[in-house]
Order: sequence, then C-alpha cells, then structure tokens
Amino acid sequence: MSKNYIYIFLAFAVIYAIRVLPLTIIRKPIRSRFLRSFLYYVPYVTLAVMTFPAIIYATSVPAAGIAALVVGIAVAWFGGSLITVAGACCAVVFIIELILV
Amino acid sequence: MENKTGRSGLFIQGMRDGVPIGLGYFAVAFSLGIAARDAGLTPFQGMLASALCTASAGEYALFTLIGAGAAYWEVALVTLITNARYFLMSCALSQRISPLMRNYHRFTVGAVVTDEIFGITIARPGKLEPAYNYGAIAVAVPCWSVGTALGIMMGSILPARAVSALSVALYGMFLAIIIPPAKKEGPVALCVAAGFILSYAAAVIPGVSAMSTGTQTILLTVLISAVIAIAFPIKEEPADE
Repeated sequence: MSKNYIYIFLAFAVIYAIRVLPLTIIRKPIRSRFLRSFLYYVPYVTLAVMTFPAIIYATSVPAAGIAALVVGIAVAWFGGSLITVAGACCAVVFIIELILV
Repeated sequence: MENKTGRSGLFIQGMRDGVPIGLGYFAVAFSLGIAARDAGLTPFQGMLASALCTASAGEYALFTLIGAGAAYWEVALVTLITNARYFLMSCALSQRISPLMRNYHRFTVGAVVTDEIFGITIARPGKLEPAYNYGAIAVAVPCWSVGTALGIMMGSILPARAVSALSVALYGMFLAIIIPPAKKEGPVALCVAAGFILSYAAAVIPGVSAMSTGTQTILLTVLISAVIAIAFPIKEEPADE
C-alpha cells in the first residue's frame, strides 16, 4: 500500500525533471537554424502522430473514428475554434455509433 | 505591459480553452482509473498520481508496473521513455519564453506540459503567458485527477457510448491546433501528412508496432521534424520581438 506512494513519487520526479529541465537550462534563443526549424516543426509532427491512427482505436467502431477525423479536419480547415472542432468530433462519433453499434 | 486585468483576462481565456481539454481528460481519466483500480490503487492514490504526473500513457504504464510489482528502477526507466516527448515539447516552449518572465514560472508552467496544454500554448501567437497556462491547468488538472479517482471508485459505470464519443474530443483538439497552420504553410502540412502516414505505418508494421506508442511518438517526431527542418528551414530570425 505505502509502496504505491513511492512508485507515484518516483514517477513524478522523473516526469517533472523531463519537463522542467529544458525550460530551466535553455535560457537563450537558439541560434542554429536547423535546431530552430526542428523545434518549430516538432509540435505539429507530435500532435499529428498522436492523432492518427489513435483516433480510430479510441472509438467502438473504426468507422466512427475515421468520420471524426474527416469532420474534425474539415471543421478546423474552415476556422472552427478548439471547442467547436472537439464538439463536432464527439457528435459525429455519437451519431455514427447510434447507427452502427 | 503586464497589468492585472490583462493577467486575469489571460487566466479566463486559459480556463475557456481548458474546458474541451478537461472534458476529454475526464473521459480518458475515467478509463485510466479502471486500470489503476486493477493495479490496486486507492482512489486517493489515483488522484494523487494524476494530479502530479498529468500524463495519460505515462500513468497507464505506471499503473501497469505497480500492478506487476515492478522494481523501482523499472518504473523510473519506463517513465523516462514513455514521457520523453515532453522533453522535446519543453525545448520548443523554451523558445517562447520572454526574458522578462519571472523565473519561478519556469518551474510551475513546466510541471504541467501535457500534450494538450502544450498544444494550446503553442497555438497562441507570441510569447508564453503563464497566466493563460494556469487558467487551462486550473480547469484541466482537476478534471483529470477527479476523473481518475471516480474511475477507481465506480469502475465502468459510464456508458460505453459516452466514453467512446468523449474520447475523440482530445483528437478533435489536436486537429484544431495543427490544421489551420497546415492550411497556411506547406511544410507544416507536410509535417501533418507525414505524421499521419508514418504513425499509421508504425502501428501496422510487424516489429515496429511492438514498440510502445510513446517510443513510436518520439522516434517519429525526431525523424520527421529533422528531415523537414533540413528540407525547409524556417526563415531567419525576424529580429528580436
């Protein structure tokens, strides 16, 4: 039981170090053009990698996930806000699963 | 520059953007709580783990290891690997910090660099505003921790239909962050397309798919970003902001 607390604090210590070290060590703008380009692209790549195919596995049927992906891209393309896009994705999944599941 | 109304305005803006995040977190945390319950955690322990770690894949791995009675070094190593992508995210964030920002914010904003909070932080133009992050954190982290505790207490009480629908909220948010810049900038569109295609490939190719998704994420991120950075370096610094 109390061993669980050691596990939890150990995990926290590692995660905290991973997150805070770069913020505290890197104090200056990075000069290297390659590194700046690399860091500029990192967020978009990471988020894309995490979205697909994970969105397909998150729903009960893959078709619902695929539909959410298509609708999400479309709504975001036409300027939908964060909550609009998220809501549209949820609604699509809910409706499709009502029909298919 | 930084007056009180400005800061509270940013805080409220952060809270507003934190709502869809919190909604998605709640659903995911609930299912995470079920995993924590299987590993023998109490609701309080689950809530504590979620409040401190705020990491879905990382916590899932942690609970699995606790359930298996793993060694401490194993927990440390797996935590390091499943969360390594936050290192890259924090590196990217470091470039958005104003030299005028007070030092302690680095320690508090940095503590809650999650995929989603990182996403909305990066989506804002200009320098990082700690108040905005704190607003988002104030909404999202309680949803995440309480969701975990409720998952442990109530198991699978939430109807599968609702979990299924809510769980795509997170991905919808990701799309809202990556699609608008992809529409404007070719190389970003390439980042998104390459990310989709290669992560799908990684999920289905035997051998590669055996790697944890956390490891796949970091390897693909480094690979794709590096190639695109070489092919399409960003324009030289637009002087100092």
